Amino acid sequence: MIKNIKYLAILAVGLVACEPEFDNPIDESGVFTSGEANFSNFVALGNSLTAGFADGALYITGQENSFPNILSQQFALAGGGEFTQPLMADNAGGFSNDPVRFPTRFVLAFDAQGNPGPARFTGAAPTTDFTNNLGSSFNNMGVPGAKSYHLAAPGYGNAAGVAAGLANPYYARFASSATSTVIGDAVAQSPTFFSLWIGNNDILSYATSGGVGEDHNVTGNLDPSTYGSNDITNNNVFASVYNDLLAALTSNGAGGVVLNLPDVTSLPFFTTVPNNALVLDATQAASLTGFFQAVVGIVTAQIAGTGAPLAQAQAIASQYAITFNAGPNRFLIKTEVTPTNPLGFRQMTEEELLVLTIDQAALAQGYGSVVLTPEVLQVLGILQAGGMPTAEQGALVIAAISAIDDQDALDSDELTAIETARTSFNATIAGLAAANGIAFYDVASDLSQAANGGIPFNGGIITSDFVTGGGFSLDGVHPTPRAHALVTNGILDAIQETYGAQLPRVDPGDFGTVTLSNEVN
Amino acid sequence: MKKLLSLVLFISVVSATYAGGYRVSVQGQRAIAMGHTGVAVVNSAELVFFNPAGLVYLENNLNVSVGASAIFTDVIYQNASLGTTAETDSSVGTPLNLYGSYKVNDWMSVGLGVYTPYGSEVTWPTDWAGSHLVNNIDLAAIYVQPVVSFKLSDYFSIGGGPIYVTGSVNFNRNFNRSLTDIEGNRSNITVDDSGVSNWGWSVGAMFNPTENLRIGFSYRSEIILEAEDGEATFANFPNSPAFPANGNTTFSAELPLPAELTIGLSYEYKKWLFAFDFNRQYWEVYESLDLTFGNGATSLNPRNYKNSSVYRFGLQYQATEKIALRAGYYRDESPVQSGFFAPETPRNDSDGFSGGFSFAVTPRLAIDASFFYLRFDEIDESYDFGVDPVSGQAVPFEGTYKSSAFAPGLGLTYKM
Repeated sequence: MIKNIKYLAILAVGLVACEPEFDNPIDESGVFTSGEANFSNFVALGNSLTAGFADGALYITGQENSFPNILSQQFALAGGGEFTQPLMADNAGGFSNDPVRFPTRFVLAFDAQGNPGPARFTGAAPTTDFTNNLGSSFNNMGVPGAKSYHLAAPGYGNAAGVAAGLANPYYARFASSATSTVIGDAVAQSPTFFSLWIGNNDILSYATSGGVGEDHNVTGNLDPSTYGSNDITNNNVFASVYNDLLAALTSNGAGGVVLNLPDVTSLPFFTTVPNNALVLDATQAASLTGFFQAVVGIVTAQIAGTGAPLAQAQAIASQYAITFNAGPNRFLIKTEVTPTNPLGFRQMTEEELLVLTIDQAALAQGYGSVVLTPEVLQVLGILQAGGMPTAEQGALVIAAISAIDDQDALDSDELTAIETARTSFNATIAGLAAANGIAFYDVASDLSQAANGGIPFNGGIITSDFVTGGGFSLDGVHPTPRAHALVTNGILDAIQETYGAQLPRVDPGDFGTVTLSNEVN
Repeated sequence: MKKLLSLVLFISVVSATYAGGYRVSVQGQRAIAMGHTGVAVVNSAELVFFNPAGLVYLENNLNVSVGASAIFTDVIYQNASLGTTAETDSSVGTPLNLYGSYKVNDWMSVGLGVYTPYGSEVTWPTDWAGSHLVNNIDLAAIYVQPVVSFKLSDYFSIGGGPIYVTGSVNFNRNFNRSLTDIEGNRSNITVDDSGVSNWGWSVGAMFNPTENLRIGFSYRSEIILEAEDGEATFANFPNSPAFPANGNTTFSAELPLPAELTIGLSYEYKKWLFAFDFNRQYWEVYESLDLTFGNGATSLNPRNYKNSSVYRFGLQYQATEKIALRAGYYRDESPVQSGFFAPETPRNDSDGFSGGFSFAVTPRLAIDASFFYLRFDEIDESYDFGVDPVSGQAVPFEGTYKSSAFAPGLGLTYKM
């Protein structure tokens, strides 16, 4: 009997060894391949998009869901090595030593009325100190805020220069020295494969600032060291810098992928507050129309008062005879004060945009149209009764006009400047990718689809709608983890086409969108 | 020695008894060894489960059978287009069974059984690709049943009795595919309840047209376990009025333990005994797993099982006076319909191979050994009825699955 048990034990061991196995197990080597690419040391170079910046801050889970990190997990199925990132110290985001300029992330919070909206997270204070240098060897070299030429700028990671705005605190965390460059630190790691997505900020900061910066395609300034932070980079400067970056990255024969620049004006940052959010009923519309008729009368009198012919005064003043209708009306924006537009405002055109950060409470109080005080109404009463207001009373009416400031809107000239630069940058990117024989992902086209109908996935559709669309985080500019997953798949398509790499795609539905929290004080 | 060797070979060649859904067919060591047949086999007190009508034909006045199996199950998953893989933690379940019968007089026997016909234990890696459907589940139901058996003649008997069931469940899964708290921890829900009880019954009949041929019938009723005010734990939800608060609340849910009809026969020829059982399992009752939580949340999970059949074949050879060798095979059809393949019970059609032996230590006491091995085909399947609780969108979960189960068991039979 004891012998029996021994045999049974052997039998049992034999059968337990009979574990299930697939006919074609995908975790065996040879199923997924890198093609002609070598993923063993993948280095990602770029700005906030590469870093995983989202919700107005850099924080750990955003970094973990950055497209380079997701990509590296797919690369790992075909020879990809470890992928390291300069992780922040927490999921609150922001810097402990500069929390005013670098505050915590946005979360989606509900107010007392149950309305959701973005708010800064206050559940924990920032604990990341940017002077705490983590060393220069990270696979993810994305630096939030970096423009193209910053990647090659010595001292961009000098922590001592951060306070003065001369250096970038994100790069300071892993710069190899006070004078190192991002591209130098990247090349020093001898990447076998790279991603480069740069240039967005060369137009984006101009756009998000409402176009208050300078367009160096107009100034012709070719020295980026003199550029302000909200300027548009000159096309030739961009082309030269981009060429140098690619030359450095491919110098040791590395393969790579580059991404072009999406249309910034389709970002929720510019599409969420409509330019015709001035919603009036019939009485309000008639009242406002009457107000501007009064303005026409006052301006006509003022110009005529300077000795100009009455017909000329009427012609100039007539531009202010703005008619308002019941329903949505477009706001007024400030323009330059010129002899032909002495008050310096006009109504917005259809394509012009407002920024997400505009004071919406002020809009409700008359910002963008007219702030009607009792004194102003009194003057209007005089006018309606056929009376003639005094010069002081006329000035009161003119002062009631509250057109939108330059930094809160993108006017048509600014939009043209942005699009001109973007078109040129994208031509440079596509051309240099082809010239260097590296993969090119037209992410601009996918983002355009997100903004125009949406991109379907297993579990819904990703659109560019703010908060609800699933594509953009709560700053209205940076992608959600789900959008990073889409970008990853687009890159995998491009790599497959150029290098023949066969890698599985990710399911965007497995990635989250915006984070909710009511820990916002 | 030669005999032992042949015994091992015998066992190796043939091999027993799991069943679809969360039915676990391990209700007797002698039966397991014969493909879990037994509705027409008069052999031991295991008849309390298989067919109480047969108890009255046992030769001895007192019969006791106890046994336990160690079930090793393993399920692997992969999705070739997403490059995801997962494997369950090779859990070991140890269902017990205990039967006794006593012949009161020539025409009546009474018996008592404790057995565990339903259960499931599956543990996937936490936060795996299908974690919105299940991270882990542990389901157990213990049946306690007194029976009485009447011999109406040498040709015909009937039997039956009430069943008391007490069940327990522990089930954890993530809220959906992506929700996390601020730190990135996946939001998840655990439900836990035990001592969920209800009553049912079974009846059986046995017909012996000739000395060597027996025909059996048995039917065990459906029992619905209704968990009321069990404990539900919400964890890692974001701190937001849009979601339930973290912490404990209650839950209510119903889980059916389906009815099972068995008809079968056995034929004895010299030292050989052949048995055939046909099971019909009425899984249709399992339409949906619906959970209602004390905090107002609900979770509706369509299951839409279909009735299924199992065909069982068993063979016994009385090798020596002391040693009986057994073998069996069965074909088990899964009650899970295509498109409803959820990883909490990842079972498709399977082939069971079983074997075993009894060794009579004394004329009264025998050791029963059994094992079974379940072979599943690799299957590409999906669960198409998962709905994201936030977006309301259907989110199918698909992949390739392959399972296996192996269970050695030991028991004792005592007769007096």
